[in-house]
Amino acid sequence: MNKDSQGELWEVFVQKKAGQPFVHCGNLHAYDKEMALQNARDLYTRRGEGMSLWIVLSSSIVASSPEDAGSFFEPSNDKIYRHPTFYQIPDGIGHM
Amino acid sequence: MKDSLYNYTLRLGDTSLILAQRLSEWTGHGPFLEEDLALTNIALDIFGRAKGLLEYAAKKEGKGRTEDDLAFFRSDREFFNLLITEQPNGDYAKTMIRQSIIDCFDLLFYTELAKSKDLTLAGIASKSVKEITYHKRHSFSWVVRFGNGTEESFSRLQKGLNEIWAYSGELFEMNEDDHNLIKEGIAVDLDSLKQKWELEIKELFEKANLVIPETLFMQQGSRKALHSEYLGYILAEMQSIPRMHPNAKW
Amino acid sequence: METINLEDLFEAKLAKNEMIEPKDWMPENYRKHLIRQISQHAHSEIVGMLPEGNWITRAPSLRAKLILLAKVQDEGGHGLYLYTAAESLGITREEMLDALLTGKAKYSSIFNYPTLSWADVGAIGWLVDGAAIMNQVMLQRSSYGPYSRAMVRICKEESFHQRQGYEIMTQLSFGTSEQKEMAQDALNRWWYPTLMMFGPPDVESPNSENAIKWRIKRETNDQLRQRFINQTAIQVEYLGLVAPDKNLKWNEKKQGYDYSDPDWNEFKSVIKGNGICNKDRLLSRNNSHKNGEWVREAAIAFGKKQEQESKAA
Repeated sequence: MNKDSQGELWEVFVQKKAGQPFVHCGNLHAYDKEMALQNARDLYTRRGEGMSLWIVLSSSIVASSPEDAGSFFEPSNDKIYRHPTFYQIPDGIGHM
Repeated sequence: MKDSLYNYTLRLGDTSLILAQRLSEWTGHGPFLEEDLALTNIALDIFGRAKGLLEYAAKKEGKGRTEDDLAFFRSDREFFNLLITEQPNGDYAKTMIRQSIIDCFDLLFYTELAKSKDLTLAGIASKSVKEITYHKRHSFSWVVRFGNGTEESFSRLQKGLNEIWAYSGELFEMNEDDHNLIKEGIAVDLDSLKQKWELEIKELFEKANLVIPETLFMQQGSRKALHSEYLGYILAEMQSIPRMHPNAKW
Repeated sequence: METINLEDLFEAKLAKNEMIEPKDWMPENYRKHLIRQISQHAHSEIVGMLPEGNWITRAPSLRAKLILLAKVQDEGGHGLYLYTAAESLGITREEMLDALLTGKAKYSSIFNYPTLSWADVGAIGWLVDGAAIMNQVMLQRSSYGPYSRAMVRICKEESFHQRQGYEIMTQLSFGTSEQKEMAQDALNRWWYPTLMMFGPPDVESPNSENAIKWRIKRETNDQLRQRFINQTAIQVEYLGLVAPDKNLKWNEKKQGYDYSDPDWNEFKSVIKGNGICNKDRLLSRNNSHKNGEWVREAAIAFGKKQEQESKAA
């Protein structure tokens, strides 16, 4: 960081209610973990948006690239046997 | 008794109002964007508390005045805010050291007030406790940050403390109103908070490498509505529109 | 290996109304246009805190004070969402701030007009935020994902801003005669500057064409301006105030209001830096930045110490 840095970039995830998944809601700048947590609270939960927060340095995120899309995600398209609707179940055995 | 409750609530309301007024001067001028928004949140909480307290004070006064009448149509010799709240913000270190001294006191104070036999005060207090818990975390973390940051941040912090310390004694000053209300189980006995406050503040100062100024002299006056020269200017600014248009509604 | 033309892929996405995401290939001009537009938008939010912030310590009731403080704070938040959206395009916040502070970057010219009375706080909420919302609602469908998502969040939060502004105007317009005068004066002063916010007429707008082509913008300056006037004229009437435009008349044929153009020479002059507040706004931003320098340095130093300690542990 240079002398007049605005801090590091962080990613913020909010959990709306206990039991629900954490959802990415945005970014912020902060200079240390405690500050990042406090800033996230002040920025992203001003209107009762959440009950719990996860903050992570943006530089720690590993992301797939658009070029990976074909090789990463398309192979799963034809594996229809992974979905329950693929199978025929006899009538009269109740819910399965 | 009734007057005591009015005086007591008014004093708490004024203290919150003037502190929030000072803090809101930072809005739009903070050291960086995220912190600007964080401090504004704190000012909002404290204004909200001021509004609730002054509303209740107006009701207890029973003269048909509103919280706005109390905020905008009294002069400085009728304001009972603590002197520490009207002191200029100074730099961010001074604002944070002032805030940490007040937050530390307020958390202890409002936690006790939440047990008051006066249910309105208890209600306002228990809502405030949650807010102040966060304010304290915020100001304490900045004091530690400045105390262990750079040489400049440390020396600014120490200078801020030197300037503000003499106004900390007033936090614990009690008068007849306090004693009347303590007997009724309404007010907080401030003597009972002092030791805890000193312990916590000393612990914080140690973490921030701060030295408490040697002076034992403590400023006083707010219990008698005797202020520094700063309050007059705060009120002149804050009250200008309603005073200019006394018959208008806003 | 089959070769895919990246530009075709990009165009195909736009044609299908799909979003462009930070890591997707994009034409350099598209990236540049977005950086310019989003950072200008962010700067506008940040500088926009100042004219209204001017009245925080003087708000005439405790309720008004709470609302104004929350609103100015929201604007800071919006600036922040936008800065991070721009950062996803490969520019840093430091670079953007530097451009603002040195006067290289532009921000919405409206904020170079002064707020002279409490009614101006109402007029800004009602007119300036109203105009901004019109633009922002459109930008929610902008082709760049992070920009669009920032706009969705901003629009959600903005919805109270215009209402609180109109509430102030209502209080004043139906209040004492001095209050009504104050409201009329504010309307007189903010009407044309607000119309300027939509930008120059389409025939003279140099950046509009690309912005529409790339689906960054979805409607032209003139279209948005007309819609704003149609909506606002009725609100002026309700207040019992008069817009400072003798030509403002309903036109049955075009199903919209006729109106007079703002003074585009004034517009250009204020953009050039001749507004009454241009220098003050920039000075104020620069002062805050300079006063915060040692705070940021301390935060960096402390952050480093923390990191070292946690590594050592």
